[in-house]
Amino acid sequence: MTVMTYRQALHDTLRAELQRDESVILLGEEIGVFEGSYKITAGLLTEFGPARVRDTPIAEEGFVGAAIGAAMLGMRPVVEIMTINFSLLAIDQLVNHAAKMHAMFGGQVSVPLVIRTPGGGGQQLAATHSQNLEVWYAHVPGMKVVAPATPADAKALLTAAIRDDDPVLFLENLALYNTKGEVPDTEQLGRIGSAAVVRPGRDLTVVSYSRGVVIALEVANQLERDGVSIEVVDLRSLRPLDRETVCASVRKSSRAVVLEDDWLSFGVGAEIAATVQEGAFDYLDAPVRRVAAAEIPLPYAKPLERAALPSAADLIRVIGELLDATRFTHAEGGS
Amino acid sequence: MTVERESTSTSVVDPGPTWGEYYRQMSLIRAFELRAAEMYQRAKIGGYCHLNLGEEATVVGLMAALEPRDYLFTTYREHGYALARGLEPGPVMAELFGKTTGVSGGRGGSMHLFDRKVRLLGGYGIVGGQIPPATGAALALTYRGEPGPNAEAVMCLLGDGTTNIGAFHESLNLAALWHLPIVYVIVNNGLGMGTPVDRSAAEPDLYKRGCSYRITGERVDGDDVIAVRDAANAALTRARAEREPGLLETVSNRLRGHSVVDPAKYRSKQEAERLRALDPVHAVRARLIAEQVLDEDTARRIDEEAEARVDAAVAFADASPDPDPATLFQHAYATAVPNAPHRLPADPVVPVPELLP
Ligand SMILES: Cc1ncc(C[n+]2csc(CCOP(=O)(O)OP(=O)(O)O)c2C)c(N)n1
Ligand SMILES: [Mg+2]
Repeated sequence: MTVMTYRQALHDTLRAELQRDESVILLGEEIGVFEGSYKITAGLLTEFGPARVRDTPIAEEGFVGAAIGAAMLGMRPVVEIMTINFSLLAIDQLVNHAAKMHAMFGGQVSVPLVIRTPGGGGQQLAATHSQNLEVWYAHVPGMKVVAPATPADAKALLTAAIRDDDPVLFLENLALYNTKGEVPDTEQLGRIGSAAVVRPGRDLTVVSYSRGVVIALEVANQLERDGVSIEVVDLRSLRPLDRETVCASVRKSSRAVVLEDDWLSFGVGAEIAATVQEGAFDYLDAPVRRVAAAEIPLPYAKPLERAALPSAADLIRVIGELLDATRFTHAEGGS
Repeated sequence: MTVERESTSTSVVDPGPTWGEYYRQMSLIRAFELRAAEMYQRAKIGGYCHLNLGEEATVVGLMAALEPRDYLFTTYREHGYALARGLEPGPVMAELFGKTTGVSGGRGGSMHLFDRKVRLLGGYGIVGGQIPPATGAALALTYRGEPGPNAEAVMCLLGDGTTNIGAFHESLNLAALWHLPIVYVIVNNGLGMGTPVDRSAAEPDLYKRGCSYRITGERVDGDDVIAVRDAANAALTRARAEREPGLLETVSNRLRGHSVVDPAKYRSKQEAERLRALDPVHAVRARLIAEQVLDEDTARRIDEEAEARVDAAVAFADASPDPDPATLFQHAYATAVPNAPHRLPADPVVPVPELLP
């Protein structure tokens, strides 16, 4: 085990996969000479050369589509899109092409493509640069969408994504790049499509992914001191979605809150709540609650931005309301 | 607007087996497309169905230049290309019928013909959607071979209307910047659905639209098989040997509506008649007979043979099984992963738990 940042885990994994497999190539704006907007690809151009670490013009539709075509011929392109907001310029290529080809062409071709892209707000980048659009892709059959929360999962899921033969949207988050965690030194191959109970608990389940998991764990630790035992489920993968792990947790805890960085309507929480009412209805002591971003183009000014984005305080408030509504007592907690 | 056909090369009728083969292919495409229209009217074919009627000479000329080792990306108007690339009419018709024996297993339909063996990497139904992947396929070629006369190349087809799409321009820029072995062919049939070229393109000389990317453009008469073949060959040769992308515009006519269901009312009667008189299949046939490359009997035999092959294709498609709904999720993913959803509309999302007492 080595303690490292999420950024370092991504960098090391890209480097390892470039070394391991000649068909792996990196493409993106400013990933080479500039070393990446978030420095994930620092040093890789020097080590692997401009054919394998390829700077692209500002042409998201063009270079994402080109990566798809290269993947059809057996390359394994890993594309960095500067932020998920800009992926909208390439959405036709991803949704109408990458996600369709394997099925629509009768299984004759596959598209082993990874789109790495950070989502999320909180850096005062205002409305166009702060979005969580991962559900747009998670909605689409043929896509796979993963959203690791920890450096260890970043390594394991990026490795899996690169070796997977389907298009994978790999969601990163600006607020996660500097977070630290233990990462196994040996090769790790994550399981796309499986969630994890990252903290066991008895009284209430918090379901989250990506940055939200870090907040959920923080809150769980804090509430533990007040005698409330929170279980945290990290979805890790939005498509496929591991519904069973979520339902199993809620059947045990009887209370559920979803913490999500995307907007509430039609979001991840909506999908989880619908799943829980179907898979654990009779076990629920209260309706599923959602803590999600306020539905407004995110303002620039700090107080407004802060008010709009889900925080630990928001999660604590909602957990409190849910516990009160179900007349939670510490005696129950201890039982 | 009538587009000038300032071809840079003039063709000669070179006698011999080539012409017989070209006419055979043109005749087959014609027969296939007319039958597809009929089968559509009889509801054997669903969805959209776009035909190559009027583009037969272009199709055959382009496919004559493309080597088996090359890759082809095309549009939704691609039945003819599939046939000229060597696919049997049966599996192509079966795809139109949505049968398991179709080239794409009945999952693509008329607009999405795909066949790995002949390196037909897709018909594409989204206008311009094929252009970035075709460009990326050419990028992949640069990793697996050296430039030279025997190198592989990519041909990417698109319509006149498609030159107005951003993906076209982004792709041309990438191809020129990265020196990719690809030839983009604008099949200019005068119309994007009902819109003439000069009402959609500010530079209606479409072959000039590569200028901003320093890509050489060339225009040829799309009704002239040999001119099309030779121009495509020249562009492919440059792409192979020098890794320079090319842009070729072929000018032809669309004899009928945009798709089978379009009565093309935006075209006057006189215009429709004028186009019919220019029918490239009839023109080539008449010319070959006049210049004694084929005699009337041979030409008739070729036409009859085409009809017979299309008869057999329809019979094959008709007799082929429909896909079984149990195979719905067969190609959901290339790499299996846990929790991939395999539910039908009325299935529960998770196994329904037993209710508590
Ligand atoms: C992105 C997109 N926009 C619109 C359409 C609808 N559409 C299908 S074909 C077509 C016209 C294309 O014209 P052209 O490029 O000249 O090709 P042609 O049909 O003449 O072969 C349009 C608008 C589409 N399929 N995709
Ligand atoms: Mg057209």
